[in-house]
Order: sequence, then C-alpha cells, then structure tokens
Amino acid sequence: MSEVTEKSAQKGKEQPIKASEFDSTFKYELQKISGSENILKCFQCGTCTSDCPVARYSDSYRPRTLIHMAQLGLRDRVLNSDTLWLCAACFTCTDRCPQGVEVASVIRVFRNLAAEKNCIPQVFMDQAQSLLETGYAYKIPELRINKRESLGLPPLPKGNPENVKKTLKGVKFFQNIQKPEGEKLSDQ
Amino acid sequence: MTNKYLIFLGCAVPYRVLSYEISSRKVLAKLGIELVEMPEFNCCGLPFDPVSHETMLILAAKNLALAEQEGLNILTLCPGCAGTLKKVNKMLNDDPSLREQINSHLKEAGLEFKGSVETKHILQLLREDVGFDKIKASVVKPLTNLKVAEHNGCHVLRPKKYFDYDDPEDPQTLKRLIEATGATCLDYMDETECCGAPSVGVSDKIALQLARDKLSHIKMVNAQALITVCPFCHIMYDTNELRIEKTFNEVYGIPILHYPQLLGLAMGLTPEELAFGDLRVKAQNIIQQLTQGANKCE
Repeated sequence: MSEVTEKSAQKGKEQPIKASEFDSTFKYELQKISGSENILKCFQCGTCTSDCPVARYSDSYRPRTLIHMAQLGLRDRVLNSDTLWLCAACFTCTDRCPQGVEVASVIRVFRNLAAEKNCIPQVFMDQAQSLLETGYAYKIPELRINKRESLGLPPLPKGNPENVKKTLKGVKFFQNIQKPEGEKLSDQ
Repeated sequence: MTNKYLIFLGCAVPYRVLSYEISSRKVLAKLGIELVEMPEFNCCGLPFDPVSHETMLILAAKNLALAEQEGLNILTLCPGCAGTLKKVNKMLNDDPSLREQINSHLKEAGLEFKGSVETKHILQLLREDVGFDKIKASVVKPLTNLKVAEHNGCHVLRPKKYFDYDDPEDPQTLKRLIEATGATCLDYMDETECCGAPSVGVSDKIALQLARDKLSHIKMVNAQALITVCPFCHIMYDTNELRIEKTFNEVYGIPILHYPQLLGLAMGLTPEELAFGDLRVKAQNIIQQLTQGANKCE
C-alpha cells in the first residue's frame, strides 16, 4: 500500500451497504481483544472525531464512524479502509472519551487485524525489515554510527538483531513478512 | 533523588537528531546526573504497535529485561520510548498471564522480564529528580528578554493513565523549565496539539498541514523559537519548516531548539558545544541577541 490519499481513502464508500456485509459476531470478537474491550460502551457522542487533529484535515478519517461501523459488524469495510492508517496516535481521543472506550487502542486493534491480511502501508514494512536486520526501527547509516566518536559521543549500543529474531519467533506478523532472500523468519 | 540512569537512546535520536543527544548529555552532566550506556538495546517497540501489538510488547519487555540486568532505572530522550517502556512495564506487572506469555518469548534469548525498573523521559527527570530550583541555580547567563513557545509532544503525557507528573490538557513542566532559564514562555492557540510527525509516510499532506497550523499559531504570538523535547517533533518542525514555507507560501523563520540546548545556553555552554550547527533553521538571531545582551550587562 502506498501513501493514503483522500481519493484512496474514499474507495468503496460510494458502494451501498448490503445486508450480507453485516457480521454481528465482529463486535464480540473485538470485546475479547486487549485494547478494544470497551467498544460497546461507545454511544456515538463524537468527542473523538471532533477533537481529532487528523480529522480536521482529512475528509475521510472519522474515528467515531469507524467504531460505529465495527459495532454494526461491517468487518471488511473497517479492515480494508485506508483511513485506519491516518490515525497519528496522539491519544487525545483516548484521554477525552467520556465512556473510556480507549479509542486510539481500538483503532490500533483494527490496524493489527488489517495487518494480519498484509494490508499495511509500506513505511511499516520498511521498519519491520530494518528491525530484523539491525534491531533498530531504522537502518542507521554506518557513517553516522562511526561519526559519534568524533562528536564525543559513546559508541551506539548494538541492536542484536539475532536475539530480536529469537524473541519474535511465532509472532504472526513476522511470519508473514518475507526476508529479502525469500526465507521466512519462522524457518529459522 | 536518583542521579544514576541507564540511557536508552532509541532509534530516532542516533539516526537523525544527534544535536538532542549531544546537548542533553552536556546539560545532564552539569546537573550531576550520571549516565550509564545500555549494553545493547533494540527498537522500543512503539513503531510496531500499529501492525502488531504483540511485537511491541515483546520488544519493550526485552529492553526492560536488559535494563533490569544492569539494576538501573531508564532515562530516555524520546517520549515515544519512555511512554512505551512505562506502559509495557505497567501492563506486564498488572497482568500475570500476559507477563508469562511475553516472558516465553524473551526466554528464547535467555532473558526474563521481572518488572523492577522505572522509565523516565528527560522532562520527568528534570522535574522530579533535579527540580526547578536546582535548574534555576545552574543558570549563569539568564536568557532574559528571550520569548519562546513550547511544544510538549503527545507521548510525553498521553495517554494520561500512564503519567502522573503533569496534566496533558494544561501541561506546566516544560513551561516552568523554560522559565527557569530566564526566558519567557508564551501561550499560544492549540498548544497541546500533535505536530503531525506520526502521519509522515502515511499522508505527508496531513502531516504538513498539522505542523503548519502549529507554526502559524506560534508565529502569531511572535515567539522567537519553539522548544521541543522529542526527536520526532523536532524533525517535523526543523526539517520540514522550509518545505512548509514553500508549500503554503508563507514565511516563519522560527528556529526549533531542543530544551537542553536552551538550558545549555543559560548554563554558559556555547552554541558549538550544544550542536546548534546541526539545526536546519538557524538560530543566529537568538544567539546574537543573547551575546549582545550579555555585553550590555558587562
């Protein structure tokens, strides 16, 4: 997935909702996942959306709408929605929700479920690749690491990617990510 | 007061914001805080929370377990790292079955999370372990006549259930730290709002609009600089200010300083020692004003 644009974020919205799209079990599934336990407490007051800095500039990102869609059981529409990825995780909605829904965590649960289907923006794939190779979220250039000494800074502690990989064994997300050589983390 | 900390650099600071690390180390040394290097560390986990909550928990717990072996509390310069390590420490301490699940992963690398270390961001450390009075006392060149604005950054105080040292709706710590240097900290509209950095790469358009909003509100009150305590907020404003000016056909010219750079100036350190040269938006005007002011006093 490349960058989210208003056009891509609107994708599918013009399609009328069919009765067969409703999955009434979705909300109960969400209640069992850490982060979205309180999703049924949302009474649609709209505090999250009105306080959301991203919603101010996006015509499509509306946390209240996403939660409503999930409550109604529109699983695929929620998880295939590009707008999920626009949340900046500033936690304003979480702090201000009068019902304690932890809105940002609910959005994170949606993203995690979408990621299981590999439906994620490229930036996260790049970071995952870097984590497996270096232990850090970014590939810090050698030049910069070596420059530390001349700046009077202590050496950068090692990222120990081998140990990182060991601890991530069995994690679904990393099982789905191919290494550049084509081997999977789970093969090790 | 604790004065010995394990410094957890995270990824963004050594990758892109060495000026923050350089100035922080100099200032903390002057305040008598001893920093011990982590023997090894990996990404705190935060960037992976959106795609895999479990990965975030494992990575954070691994870092905490490594710190526990050193027997020291953690200091971070990045609010994202501090928030993540704090949160995971609490989550795993509160939920034995989750802790067991995560420990089964750490065991593969011969590690175990025990929940015995605390994490503080530099802002919390300066407030709680050093204190405003001691910071005031460390000032030898008060930055009188300098008017600045502050930007806390979201993860310094949000979500509030993991932080108890300040109020996310009306944060005072950074303001009081700025005032301790002798500078004036100006109020401006939407002070606690996000800088936009987390949206970079997902929607640059929205990210730039958010940062532009903040810069224009800061300009409205005629702040001479913006003070940050987060590598991502700093990158968002400092690296992108020119781009924002071009995109929106506006002029800001507001230098973005790390709080330790500001404090360092007040402590008598030179701009060179504090890595002012690394800033994209140059702070010449401020430096000039401060030097002239100092000459006048003499």
